[in-house]
Amino acid sequence: MCLSIPAKIISIEGENALVSISGMRMNASLSLLSNAKPGDFVLIHSGFSIEIIDREEAEKTLEIVRHIRPIK
Amino acid sequence: MYPFEQYHSKALCQALVDQIHLMADRPLRFMEVCGGHTMAVRKYGIPSLLPDSIMLLSGPGCPVCVTSSLFIDQAIHLAAYDRMTICTFGDLLRVQGTNGSLEKAKTEGKDIRVVLSGLDALEIARQQPEKKIVLLGIGFETTAPTTAATILTARKEKISNFFVLSAHKLMPPAMEAIISEGIPINGYICPGHVTTITGIAMYKKIVENFGIGCVVSGFEPLDLLQTILMLVRQVKANQPKVEIQYSRAVKPEGNPKAMAIIEEVFETVDEWWRGLGILKASGLKPRDSFQDFDASEVFSLPVYEISEPEACICGDILKGLKKPQDCMLYGKNCTPDNPVGACMVSSEGSCQTHYNYAGIN
Amino acid sequence: MLSHGSGGSMMHNLIKDLFFNYFNNPLLNLANDSAIFPSFKGLTAFTTDSFVVDPIFFPGGDIGKLAVCGTINDLVAVGAQPYCLSAGFIIEEGFPLNDLETIVSSMATEAAKAGIFIVTGDTKVVEKGKCDKLFINTSGIGVLPGDKTRQPNPESIGAGDQIIITGCIGDHGMAVMAARNHLEGTINIQSDCAPLNLLLHGITENPGGIKCMRDPTRGGVASSLCELVKDKEFGITIHEDRIPVKPAVKGFCDMLGFDPLYVANEGKMLIFANKEKSEDIVARLKSHPLGREACCIGEVNRENHGKVVMKTAIGGTRVVGMLSGDQLPRIC
Repeated sequence: MCLSIPAKIISIEGENALVSISGMRMNASLSLLSNAKPGDFVLIHSGFSIEIIDREEAEKTLEIVRHIRPIK
Repeated sequence: MYPFEQYHSKALCQALVDQIHLMADRPLRFMEVCGGHTMAVRKYGIPSLLPDSIMLLSGPGCPVCVTSSLFIDQAIHLAAYDRMTICTFGDLLRVQGTNGSLEKAKTEGKDIRVVLSGLDALEIARQQPEKKIVLLGIGFETTAPTTAATILTARKEKISNFFVLSAHKLMPPAMEAIISEGIPINGYICPGHVTTITGIAMYKKIVENFGIGCVVSGFEPLDLLQTILMLVRQVKANQPKVEIQYSRAVKPEGNPKAMAIIEEVFETVDEWWRGLGILKASGLKPRDSFQDFDASEVFSLPVYEISEPEACICGDILKGLKKPQDCMLYGKNCTPDNPVGACMVSSEGSCQTHYNYAGIN
Repeated sequence: MLSHGSGGSMMHNLIKDLFFNYFNNPLLNLANDSAIFPSFKGLTAFTTDSFVVDPIFFPGGDIGKLAVCGTINDLVAVGAQPYCLSAGFIIEEGFPLNDLETIVSSMATEAAKAGIFIVTGDTKVVEKGKCDKLFINTSGIGVLPGDKTRQPNPESIGAGDQIIITGCIGDHGMAVMAARNHLEGTINIQSDCAPLNLLLHGITENPGGIKCMRDPTRGGVASSLCELVKDKEFGITIHEDRIPVKPAVKGFCDMLGFDPLYVANEGKMLIFANKEKSEDIVARLKSHPLGREACCIGEVNRENHGKVVMKTAIGGTRVVGMLSGDQLPRIC
């Protein structure tokens, strides 16, 4: 359910953002977000940005896994 | 540069797998309620990495699977109207109604178009004011705000030839229905993108009333493995709780703006779910103030009592009571080419996913 | 605009002129009811395919280029050197003549590139609605050099054989998908449509060791492998992390919920080869512009009879199944 993929905001005009997904450029509505800015990664679902991806949290999650003690 | 490559790291995934093997000392059943999770789990071959004691069940989180044949019949009925264009997401195209699918209606010459966004449907309405455009609104809390925002744009621009036939549904009533039927599970792998919108408040009830842990998961292999490990730990510590694994995209409070837009445009109605029957306040319909955009108010539609196809056990499969292979139709009378039940229709459905990605064992 | 019926005879002549003008070659120019040419020594390969792609123009090609390359590649897949093609056109009335000229011209360009002639053809203009814009059928004749025992033959596949793909997968299908959704301006994906005799010419002799070839068109690499392994006494293992996919193709696939393994290619070949020769084959492929990304993606083994198994990038395994129908863009 709810296929949603990360995209990077290149520029914003009104409620529309030009975003890049693996180098592919397309438009995505920002009408469901209040404070997205160029450079942010957002989750795109059916043409809308539904959330800003928190880069710090993304790194924290990985850090937790990196600290799992290897098993001999 | 795509900054999330590490979520596919073999070394990190392997560390999680090792940890799960070490911790899992009893039979455990976890249910993923999101079709996207079902698909990701199979695609990455996650079952082959887990100990035999851990079983993953697929719940009712595929909106296509739980959609009734009545909805398809209504959409096909609408397609026969003069100067009518039906816009649908590809997911619905092959779902069978009583007399065939939208795909079949399309080959018969009806104007049925696959769109990637509700906004694409609105654009068609802008460009072809002489036509009537109906968007088939499917999906859970993730998709509902996109439909709502599209309706708000249509109102703002005074576009009068754009309508929505809504089959939008809400996730929590289905999750509660499953545990209240006493289906034995030890934890929920909660739908990441639904929770992005709703926030986690709705899971508290599940933990408090049923003692079942809820971990909100992302969709990459590392996400899913970490979620499974978190659930195993909860069970071992006997401390069921709500946790967010997918913290980069899910805030505890969700996306309040999107929730407000759903609230503004839609009201809840009782809705029929395949396999679960009628669930109270589980569907979304445009409010009276938006009835000019509600295809079910503007056009007359067929209505009948809905029933399940004979011998099909989709209901039990959606509830996690049975597996696709338990069905006497599976792989014989019911295949992706010729689906009987909804679980075989969608590429996300438990049966089709199993059919396409089944493990070796 | 082309018209149908009695008033169409002038149009018919116009089209004929177009073909003679572009396809111009000694065999066609005789304008006989059939093309006549000497028979070949050894074996002859003969194949046919119909092309109904929608839209007819897409990034990196059009229906004409596709019709020429598709049939050439079917000949190449059995180890034949393409010799000549026929071309049959079914055109919906009202189809713009200049579009037809563009398409015929691109067929001529591709044929010249591949070093073959289009030696006979036919055109029918049908009433509106009887076909969708333009359908093309091409048939092709090719020559198989050398003796029978040296031809690729699926029966000779056995455990240990390596599976090579000649480049990145999914380009064609996703380019068409981009055009279909009017995204061709925003997505930089070109169809890989190309005549593969240029890449594979002579490779069956040197370095040799090719057991079987398949061009993974509709249904993609997954479907080709599944068809080949069905009911066989061997299994196939492929490695997710070795399969070459361009980032833009992967990104667009992710967006639509597609698996590139099932997306069509029109300029790639799957090659089953002797383990000893496989490195040489890959090296030779890489030396040609159409084979730069060639690599070995898997191998034939004695396990999992009749199945294609994927080793996933995180170390898991799963079965790669047949897909029914084309993939549909999904939101869920």
